[in-house]
Amino acid sequence: MTTTGPTTYVLRRVRPLGGEPADVVLSGGVVAAVGAPGDVDAPRGAVEVDGAGHVLLPGLVDLHTHLREPGREDAETVASGTRAAAAGGFTAVHAMANTSPVADTAGVVEQVWRLGRDAGFVDVHPVGAVTVGLAGERLAELGAMAHSAARVRVFSDDGRCVDDPILMRRALEYVKAFDGVVAQHAQEPRLTEGAQMNEGVVSAEIGLAGWPAVAEEAIIARDVLLAEHVGSRLHVCHLSTAGSVEIVRWAKSRGIDVTAEVTPHHLVLTDELARTYDPTFKVNPPLRTAADVEAVRAGLADGTIDIVATDHAPHTREDKDCEWGAAAFGMTGLETALSVVQQTMVDTGRMTWADVARVLSVAPARIGRIGHAHGRPVAVGEPANLTLVDPAATRVVDGAAQATASGNTPFAGRELPGRVVATFLRGRATVLDGTVLDGTVLDAGARGAGVLDGPAAPAGVGAR
Amino acid sequence: MKHLLSTADLSKDDALLLLDTAAQMAATQSRAIKKLPTLRGRTVVNLFFEDSTRTRISFEAAAKRLSADVINFSAKGSSVSKGESLKDTALTLHAMGADAVVVRHWASGAPYQLAHAGWLDAGVLNAGDGTHQHPTQALLDAFTIRRHLAGRRGGGDPDGVGADLAGLRVAIVGDVLHSRVARSNVALLRTLGAEVTLVSPPTLVPVGVETWPCRTSYDLDATLADWRPDAVMMLRVQRERMSGGTGGAFFPSPHEYTRYYGLDARRLAMLPDHAIVMHPGPMNRGLEISAEAADSERAVIVEQVANGVAVRMAALYLLLAGDPSAEGNDL
Ligand SMILES: [Zn+2]
Repeated sequence: MTTTGPTTYVLRRVRPLGGEPADVVLSGGVVAAVGAPGDVDAPRGAVEVDGAGHVLLPGLVDLHTHLREPGREDAETVASGTRAAAAGGFTAVHAMANTSPVADTAGVVEQVWRLGRDAGFVDVHPVGAVTVGLAGERLAELGAMAHSAARVRVFSDDGRCVDDPILMRRALEYVKAFDGVVAQHAQEPRLTEGAQMNEGVVSAEIGLAGWPAVAEEAIIARDVLLAEHVGSRLHVCHLSTAGSVEIVRWAKSRGIDVTAEVTPHHLVLTDELARTYDPTFKVNPPLRTAADVEAVRAGLADGTIDIVATDHAPHTREDKDCEWGAAAFGMTGLETALSVVQQTMVDTGRMTWADVARVLSVAPARIGRIGHAHGRPVAVGEPANLTLVDPAATRVVDGAAQATASGNTPFAGRELPGRVVATFLRGRATVLDGTVLDGTVLDAGARGAGVLDGPAAPAGVGAR
Repeated sequence: MKHLLSTADLSKDDALLLLDTAAQMAATQSRAIKKLPTLRGRTVVNLFFEDSTRTRISFEAAAKRLSADVINFSAKGSSVSKGESLKDTALTLHAMGADAVVVRHWASGAPYQLAHAGWLDAGVLNAGDGTHQHPTQALLDAFTIRRHLAGRRGGGDPDGVGADLAGLRVAIVGDVLHSRVARSNVALLRTLGAEVTLVSPPTLVPVGVETWPCRTSYDLDATLADWRPDAVMMLRVQRERMSGGTGGAFFPSPHEYTRYYGLDARRLAMLPDHAIVMHPGPMNRGLEISAEAADSERAVIVEQVANGVAVRMAALYLLLAGDPSAEGNDL
């Protein structure tokens, strides 16, 4: 296997974390030099990248990605999904467990991990199922997944809620043995049977069965109390309501070890879109009200919500080209996440680019316990997992033009700010000039280094 | 009018045109020869994804009395059961040259999708979608109310032709949460100037109802005694709402429902003398309506069925006859 393309890059006049312009040299898989513009000499053979005005961020880390493989390769594969991730500026993704077969054994998580390594676009960290077959009846072999080659640290039945309180308690306790975390999809199942969209003014009018905010909030409230009781850490997936923000804020004020995520779509879209009956806007948890959108933005800005995670959920056309009631839940997000965060949080003055680095890279890497390789500072000697963004660019989203294998983006036809110009995984460009670089297979030494060498950095590194 | 999807889309003028056209249609139906040549050569497809013999034959009679060709297409297999998809069905009807598609569907919004997804050109007439809308039911209800009550105000046509429903009070009683009839009626009655009170157990009122242009009450006796409705519309209670199955029971027992929300002889006697009793059918006698109420002189339930044909003739006529290719484009 040969390396194609150079391994040394000089990024000229880029702004690390939106700060003062600098020249940054990437070589040997790490950041080799950082200096004032013009002060850094280009090594022989280095590729120069003119980054004037561009923001350099640590490579983005997604804690919540559905890659669909194994089982639904018609919607997405590890290769197509991670290619989309790279296009969106990501260098690591956590692949959710609701595949077929479910990622509830060491064998399946290792399969997904290997597929990710072979694709080479980003580091794929499989999420392990909490319960066997996501059935919510008995714990999966969490230890075996944690100690497999995939080194699973995040466990989730996402798509389903671990609603049995004793099972949730046991899971929270058990994963302490290997510094794991349970990522809960908070949805009280009895309150949401047949639910199609947010329950409120719009659902009442258009006649779709309601998914009430309380069904999310009740589970989050229970789980933070359970986490406090057993002294475990808890991660709340895709929090979507103003009430959920309040509960997490309260829990943090009590010192409970809880982290929370919001999706890009919940930062901007509302349930008014259901009036079109276009299943592109059908997602779980559902799009909420404008008041909820404002609450999650405020929560993200003040740190109550720790991270933005995409909940990238590709679906085939057949699963979306149908009645709302028959359509699958979910929307893609890897290639629009950064733009949505820029639009809703940076361009509105509520967050800086350093905050963006925190919520889209540093904090998710820490929660997923990959902080030794991802979400690192832009400093000499650090792994060169980076993304370069042109915040002045704008583009109109076109689902067909995206790298993901599915077209179910809710932002189709919308103009969004920002463009990923380049993404580097251990110093190798996966995206350059805004184009995904295919066929640039990793050399054996660099392949999967952050994962294979992971044990050199103890699992707890970067822990809060 | 290209489609008829929701009564919320109808302006007052649209609604009055539909009702007045229906009155003309109704007049033709007392003739010995009921059939009009108006839609000769046009094809109306009855596309039913959900069983409803009553609604289907009403639309079929309406289309046939206007001389349209009628195709009944029962598409019970849905995308859920992996039958033919809505899209493929629509493309098929388009290829067949359907001029109007009358669609009944279990999924809220399916007629909207048919009208807007670009799958077919035909006019779409919503014959009931999920828990969303059933516009021709609301139109036939308004037509029936107007015929009985609008003439009472004097001055105008004795059957109320040309009139709106200003000042009339309509109580809609029962399972509002799951009722497309209630949603359609609230919007249309309000547009026509009537006042509406929804009367339901609290479990059967949708969260978000506070933005609807109507009052709500949990007390049928108080509504009848104090508010004095001119018309009382009883909604059908589905059997599956009564058991503790999937969604849980919405009320403790059929008996208790009847005790607080059923229209029986005692409540019938509380109504003003001129008030009428309505039901969209099929009735659960002994549950939401007693035999005395259903068979009383105030009940206009059978007449609602007859008016349904006239209203559906009007809707099809207004959807299709704007086109000069239709022969005999007059009544
Ligand atoms: Zn989820």
